[in-house]
Amino acid sequence: MALVDVEAPAGVSFLLNGKPVHLDASPAARLSLALRERGEAKDVKVGCDAGDCGACTVLVDGLPVCSCTTALGQVDGAHVETQAGLVANDPQARALADAFQRHQAAQCGICTPGMMVSAVALLRENSAPQEAEVLDALGGVLCRCTGYRKIIDAVMDVNGKAEPVPVEARAGEITSGVGAAIARIDGWPKVSGSERFGDDVAPAGSLVVKVIRSPHHHAAFELGDLGAYRRVSGLDLVMSAADVPGQNRFGVIPGFEDQPMFAEGETRFKGEAVAAVVGQADVVAALDLSAFPVTWTPLPHALVPNEAAKVANLHETRANNVMCRGFVRHGDPEAAMPAASVVVEGTFSTGFIEHGYIEPEAAYAERRGERLEVHCCTQAPYMNRAGLAGLLGLSERAIRVVPTAVGGGFGSKLDLTAQPYAALAAWLTGRPVRITYSRGESIASSTKRHPSEISMKIGATADGTILAVEFDGTFNTGAYASWGPTVANRVPIHASGPYRTPNYVARSAGIHTNTAPAGAFRGFGVPQSALAQEPLYDEIARALGIDRLEFRRRNALQNGDPTVTGQVFTQGMGIIDCFDALEPHWKRVVAEAEAFNASADGQVRRGVGVAGGWYGCGNTSMSNPSTIRAGITKEGKVVLHQGATDIGQGSNTVITQIFATALGLPVEAITLVGPDTDVTPDAGKTSASRQTFITGNAARLCGEALRARILRLGNVSDGAVLKIIGATIIAHDAAGERVIDIASLEPDNGSYVLETIESYDPPTSPLDENGQGEPYAVFGTTAQMAEVEVDMALGTVKLLRIIAAHDVGKAINPLLVEGQVHGGVAQGIGLALMEEFLPGRTENLHDYLIPTIGDVPPIDVLILETGDAHGPYGAKGLGEHCLIPTAPAIINAITDASGAKVRHMPATPDKVLQAIRECSAAH
Amino acid sequence: MQFHRPETLESALVLMADRPVRILAGGTDFFPALGGKTLCEPVIDLSRVDGLSGIMKQDDLWRFGATTTWAHIAKADLPAMFDGLRQAAREVGSIQIQNAGTVAGNLCNASPAADGVPPLLSLDAQVEISGGAGVRVLPLSKFITGVRKTELRPGELVTAILVPDRPKTCSAFLKLGARRYLVISIAMVAVALELDAAGTISGLGIAVGACSAVATRLPGAEARLIGVTPDPVTLKARLGEEDLEGLAPIDDVRARASYRRNAARELICRAIVKAARGGA
Ligand SMILES: Cc1cc2nc3c(=O)[nH]c(=O)nc-3n(C[C@H](O)[C@H](O)[C@H](O)COP(=O)(O)OP(=O)(O)OC[C@H]3O[C@@H](n4cnc5c(N)ncnc54)[C@H](O)[C@@H]3O)c2cc1C
Ligand code: FES
Ligand code: FES
Repeated sequence: MALVDVEAPAGVSFLLNGKPVHLDASPAARLSLALRERGEAKDVKVGCDAGDCGACTVLVDGLPVCSCTTALGQVDGAHVETQAGLVANDPQARALADAFQRHQAAQCGICTPGMMVSAVALLRENSAPQEAEVLDALGGVLCRCTGYRKIIDAVMDVNGKAEPVPVEARAGEITSGVGAAIARIDGWPKVSGSERFGDDVAPAGSLVVKVIRSPHHHAAFELGDLGAYRRVSGLDLVMSAADVPGQNRFGVIPGFEDQPMFAEGETRFKGEAVAAVVGQADVVAALDLSAFPVTWTPLPHALVPNEAAKVANLHETRANNVMCRGFVRHGDPEAAMPAASVVVEGTFSTGFIEHGYIEPEAAYAERRGERLEVHCCTQAPYMNRAGLAGLLGLSERAIRVVPTAVGGGFGSKLDLTAQPYAALAAWLTGRPVRITYSRGESIASSTKRHPSEISMKIGATADGTILAVEFDGTFNTGAYASWGPTVANRVPIHASGPYRTPNYVARSAGIHTNTAPAGAFRGFGVPQSALAQEPLYDEIARALGIDRLEFRRRNALQNGDPTVTGQVFTQGMGIIDCFDALEPHWKRVVAEAEAFNASADGQVRRGVGVAGGWYGCGNTSMSNPSTIRAGITKEGKVVLHQGATDIGQGSNTVITQIFATALGLPVEAITLVGPDTDVTPDAGKTSASRQTFITGNAARLCGEALRARILRLGNVSDGAVLKIIGATIIAHDAAGERVIDIASLEPDNGSYVLETIESYDPPTSPLDENGQGEPYAVFGTTAQMAEVEVDMALGTVKLLRIIAAHDVGKAINPLLVEGQVHGGVAQGIGLALMEEFLPGRTENLHDYLIPTIGDVPPIDVLILETGDAHGPYGAKGLGEHCLIPTAPAIINAITDASGAKVRHMPATPDKVLQAIRECSAAH
Repeated sequence: MQFHRPETLESALVLMADRPVRILAGGTDFFPALGGKTLCEPVIDLSRVDGLSGIMKQDDLWRFGATTTWAHIAKADLPAMFDGLRQAAREVGSIQIQNAGTVAGNLCNASPAADGVPPLLSLDAQVEISGGAGVRVLPLSKFITGVRKTELRPGELVTAILVPDRPKTCSAFLKLGARRYLVISIAMVAVALELDAAGTISGLGIAVGACSAVATRLPGAEARLIGVTPDPVTLKARLGEEDLEGLAPIDDVRARASYRRNAARELICRAIVKAARGGA
């Protein structure tokens, strides 16, 4: 064999999903990239490029491997199978796809290919695996949405019922509408491999943008000769602040638009953009970025709030780096506190939490004449459109934002991230342009959960009634405002927890530092404040010798009680119901833990914790309407323009169920379009647990309005049963049957014969200078219990079970409710036990740890439906609530088991052991 | 870009002679280390080299071919002396990583947290190295010299890991991390143990990883526990702080040094009990 240096022959041949292929790419390229870009296998996902997330899992000769750590050349002659191929060719994979649908094991769906491919490998060896075997087989695939439990259920039930959740109509009743646990309407593409996410939609040959970022926490910089660099490197374009045609500023809160697309002269955090290069994919991939003409002068920086006063103001107008403050005062806490029989206090902290969605930010943009089209994974298409218009100096109507499927958002995909770079490059070059963040870029530059430093003092009377609370919270808001003002406002309103607190003062401050901006993350600061309030509640209960659940129940807000903003709910306050639902479980589990501790050798101790939580649905004291449009075409098709982005939480399904019920047709009769800013009206952002409540109400109103028109046309009574057969509507009531010939009606417009558009904006009132007023029309409530085992010599914590009671008003789709709760609980577990982002140190998914399938215990969800006067069919929001009590319940359970009081998250084994020792030293 | 898939060891060595190359085995360290950079040097993929993979016993020596994967080791039918190694194999990353990652790759990557190193160290494993000048064999304890540093010279490959047969040895491995799967160890411990007829410890190898730049044996602790009954209370009473002197743990994002030292002591006792109970 001749061993001279020869260029390897171009390309590699192998079997892809049973078909011979020849991919024309370097054999040293990552298999994942080659499959996606050359093999059209977009069902292979890339979440990290480092083996950490498993989204890229494929079978190579039957064995699951990460295609991002496999060279294309290594599969020469092998058989490579991907999710789409497996579902198409392998009956067991097909059965698994059905099981995933049945159990709603896919939420956003970005992890689903990796999960299913790994599961197929297991099932081929063992068609009826035990849970432990499923965990081992799927342990290498991260999911940030589902909490894994439904995935485990689906794999173990692969041979169960072949059809998705039954949607057969029971006598006259619509079982696909409100209340039915139907499979996700948009689920099949996710489980069969055809779903298209942010990085999956750009046409081949699109130019690629790569952003040049600051390596320093704070630095002055100068750009050199960008034109020369462009020419030498063979790039199409190099962009910097000078190229931004509009205002080089964006943000999400009016008055707080402070973040530049490209920094000007000074960067304020590590990872901030200063320039971007645009070129052919291979040119950009081969670039030597160390030669990029930029010189840095590092400047003094602050990474935590107590250093912030010592550095120059990050923003001229914000003295001492205080971005803004929040304040609520109710009663007279200073006067009341001395009268308390028991006063407990403490300081608590949490770190930066990364959203950790498995899909990194991605966008693709194309200029069409004087308009710009941007396809991206987003939670807020209309807000993105407004932000892009400002940056590009275009009118909003000149921009179309088309959301792709979103591979997880949790708050961070509300803000603009990658979109402006693709948009500007497409605008300037006139060519299609794409961008996808690397995992490192995503973690370094996207928004985070605010780190918190909280001191809190609570006083109670001898009979266990809360008398007074003083709360002070400092939140690290990073270099730019993002959603920081929302956090500063929400926290004082929520920091009492869902408890009667007659005398209350809460102050919050958002402080700028030289870190990635902190923004929106499930709960907007409320999970942090619950981690102070709920452990202190346990201390009071212990001091008074009152059962911890009973203590909470006694103080729980009831209808008629004022909240700390003085708002009185005459209905809809369901927290007592949550505690009541937990009570039998609590009694049993507490007794079990006591029995275990009495019998065991003391190396492992069991404990139980409980915590409550509440969250106001929708924006705080601000108008935040949603609009829904629907129509019936002359062919008789019912079309729902659904603009609420579904980031895995299920709004495509929920909004359709609500609309269908209001209209009086089964879900199957509805065709969904959107979201797309050119065709769907603004349904607001997917955040603040507002979509089911607010967009749901708009959908209900829209469905009811359309129904009313039909009933009038048919001249039938309110209770009429509707059917659409071809181009005729059949309306049936006691008086008989009416047939409406759609084609004979005068059409409303070119699209629809009958069209209705309806909006909903929840009633709220502004807060006064003491934070008194009616910030939300609806609060959702929850109480959760955690059962743990603590290893007393290693400080490790094993979760045994979480029991979560949620008052959702009305469960529009109970399966979706469970899915939201499971996912929120998993994120709460991460917050409690393992997650912390340290700028510059944990910018990947092996140093930044999120829970794996082995870290989430069984979760029992107790769904309570107490109804609500404002919610559609009584439904409240749920997205944020699920996470709020989880971490405090776990921390309280750790204390119950071991005495350890961990006050600074995450409760790593090291910190738990230290706290155990402090506790035994104190006794 | 050159990419070679040699089928014999000789051709691999010829390809590597006299020039910088990048060796690729399972790729599970190779690609993450590469990040977003593109490769310049020629890549030599070892996965096709004949005879480089698999486990064999020749006389009194077990031979683990360099490209033997962790999945292969986890499933192999091996005597009790390798229980610890097999337990470690199942703890490496995830199934995906175990299917691709190789035992030699783990050693050559020379991470302080490499899970393969403590079990092999506790069994006095040796590393077989082939190069243009022939074959040499080094004790594993001499092969890894620092964080990401080994004794490998340019033009050399690891071809096998050699372990002396010890039919009476039982072994165990324990790993401590902050989550269940895909986790870099905070600390891990492997023990190889022989018991006499009375059930007391007559031979002992203890190796600790992630508590020093290179995983290390603890001869002081080993000597201290000879003659002891392997029950938790006795072990803990006997094993003192001074016996862990070989460790030099650091503070990092996963834990502080003091925690690691304490955890190592606890894990050593538990691993001995586990090995003595036959893995339970
Ligand atoms: C997500 C993830 C999780 C992981 N978890 C763990 C874990 O829990 N525990 C753990 O110990 N490791 C872990 N690793 C690291 C890695 O998987 C192991 O070290 C693995 O054994 C490396 O083997 P490989 O064949 O993939 O090496 P490669 O990546 O192919 O090579 C690694 C290095 O060794 C060199 N090399 C490989 N083989 C030879 C040879 N025969 N001769 C000379 N040089 C050679 C290569 O040039 C390269 O520098 C993890 C990795 C990932 C991506
Ligand atoms: S992309 Fe391959 S493991 Fe994350
Ligand atoms: S469904 Fe698993 S990451 Fe979204």
